[in-house]
Amino acid sequence: MKASQLPIKNLMRRPGRTAAMILLSALLALSVFGGSVVVRSLQSGLNSLEARLGADIIVLPAEAESKVSFKNLLLQGTAGAYYMDASALDRVREVEGVEIAAPQTFLASLKADCCSIKVQVIGVDPESDYVVKPWIEQSYARELGDMDLVVGCLVTADVGEIMRVYDQRCHVVARLARTGTGLDTAVYCTMDTMKALLAAAEAKGVSHKITSDGRERISAIYVKVRDGYDVDAVNSKLNGHVRKATAVRTRSMITGVSDSLAGISRTIALLVGVVWVMALAILLVAFAMMIHERRREFAVLRLLGTSRRGLSRLILSETALCSLLGGLAGIAAAAAVVFPFTTLIESRLGLPYLTPHAGAVLALAAGTLAATLVIGALAGGWAAYRLSRTDPGTTLREGA
Amino acid sequence: MILRAEKLSKRYFRRTGQANHFYAVREVCLELHPGEVTVLMGRSGSGKTTLLHMLSGLLRPDEGSVWLGDAELYRLDDGVLSRLRNARIGVVPQGRSAIDSLTVWENILLPGLLYNGNERRLEAERWMDALGIAALRDARPAELSGGELRRMAIARALTQNPEVLLADEPTGDLDDENTIRALSALRDAAHGEGKAVLLVSHEEEARRYADRIYRMDGGKLTAL
Ligand SMILES: Nc1ncnc2c1ncn2[C@@H]1O[C@H](COP(=O)(O)OP(=O)(O)O)[C@@H](O)[C@H]1O
Ligand SMILES: [Mg+2]
Repeated sequence: MKASQLPIKNLMRRPGRTAAMILLSALLALSVFGGSVVVRSLQSGLNSLEARLGADIIVLPAEAESKVSFKNLLLQGTAGAYYMDASALDRVREVEGVEIAAPQTFLASLKADCCSIKVQVIGVDPESDYVVKPWIEQSYARELGDMDLVVGCLVTADVGEIMRVYDQRCHVVARLARTGTGLDTAVYCTMDTMKALLAAAEAKGVSHKITSDGRERISAIYVKVRDGYDVDAVNSKLNGHVRKATAVRTRSMITGVSDSLAGISRTIALLVGVVWVMALAILLVAFAMMIHERRREFAVLRLLGTSRRGLSRLILSETALCSLLGGLAGIAAAAAVVFPFTTLIESRLGLPYLTPHAGAVLALAAGTLAATLVIGALAGGWAAYRLSRTDPGTTLREGA
Repeated sequence: MILRAEKLSKRYFRRTGQANHFYAVREVCLELHPGEVTVLMGRSGSGKTTLLHMLSGLLRPDEGSVWLGDAELYRLDDGVLSRLRNARIGVVPQGRSAIDSLTVWENILLPGLLYNGNERRLEAERWMDALGIAALRDARPAELSGGELRRMAIARALTQNPEVLLADEPTGDLDDENTIRALSALRDAAHGEGKAVLLVSHEEEARRYADRIYRMDGGKLTAL
């Protein structure tokens, strides 16, 4: 036997007590790691949204406002069936300060015989599009051809598959990376493809919204404001110039999202803080009780020649082992809860949610482990300090 | 002379008549000599344990000093004092003193392992035999009787092979046969190996093993 085995022997000798300390540390790690992963995921969800959304202003049909909340419009990417005349695009481009105006047209497929799946189809203009294209380019380097589809990462269709939309045969050519928003469930095509799909939907009598006057329909115009122009000024000019349409600043949409994000982050941080303080208090009390209960044993070790410092080392080894095991267990438990249920959390919070990349997750885990170890060391150190203030001779008399 | 106490006093707070403290040990001078068994007798509460703890470096006196050779114990820093206690002072305290997570054998080897990893297996076996606990080698302290635990503590202190051995009522919970075993072992350590042994006891039996006898009374020490 070696004297250095004493901490482990002590821990194994009292499995119940040891398990309780490990559990406390695990609780601490679980709340901190789980909480920070969720907060970080919300933040990177918002970041991905902002990065993807290069538009300063979105122009929508006036009727859209009553159909979708702008926040949802942004988060679910695009939703609903609302259309305006394509001439609106020309009107937008006439406004001074508009650098790029990229139209999109939306169409929802049905859960019916004519369609493989129910999904939101978004037509983009290859010429002017700057919103979706860079993102599509990440997964599909070539130009989108007629009847080609690119699918969001959660759409249940594989690359190479034929997807029927209103009895039109479309080819799935690529799958997009995850965004953490409703865009993950959408499907993208060119405006030409969209025209064909709209016509097919119209022929089926599906969409009463699509008038058969043969004119082009669009659902939204993504506007980028030229450098040096005031976005608010351009926005109000657009509102005056384009009839039957509403121009909305994307920043105001994002602000709404980041406000609720900040609210949720604050709530989570508060909960984590409360758990943290409680676990710290419980750990302190538990360690103090444990040390008190064992004070005779520690006095005997002193009697046999262990120094104060040696005794502190023994106590800290025990608490460090408990915090280490508990920290790892808590992180594992949090990972088992948070990662498999990403979609559920996302829909519950109603906010963009994107799990940070592995490096960031590892850093969070390492930070959590370090914090758990520090708490364990604080509790153990405090208990050891209290112990060292009494002469072993005094302790040995008690209850002898 | 190895261990020497000079005017050692310890006060505790307690309302007694006019004063609000009393002396558990008062101005005690004492020398322990190599190769001798010194027996300390006295009624319960007379200050024997308090004195023994102060002699062993475990309880800081309010006045006076304790010298081991030319080292003044309570002037050493904790690290040095602890090491010195480990190497040179063996203590058998009153009451339980087992480390519960270790077997009897590991308990007895523990002092030797704390600093230099010197296991002293031969000494351990010898003293366990002498005290009749060889068969308990792999038992856990929780499984032992009070008398067996006491003999384990005596074997541990003897295995430590210290120059000074301080035993606080080591035969309190032993039967006659084991009392003789324990006292003989302590006497052998003094007479055979030149250790300075202090034996606190209120049993008449102990007198027969004594080279010197002191009596403690109300914190004061008198030679008999
Ligand atoms: N820590 C303490 N606080 C208060 N009184 C104490 C303390 N330690 C010992 N005493 C008192 O000192 C006296 C001597 O105790 P002790 O040395 O244990 O006597 P003995 O060992 O001779 O029975 C007793 O009256 C005891 O109550
Ligand atoms: Mg006593």
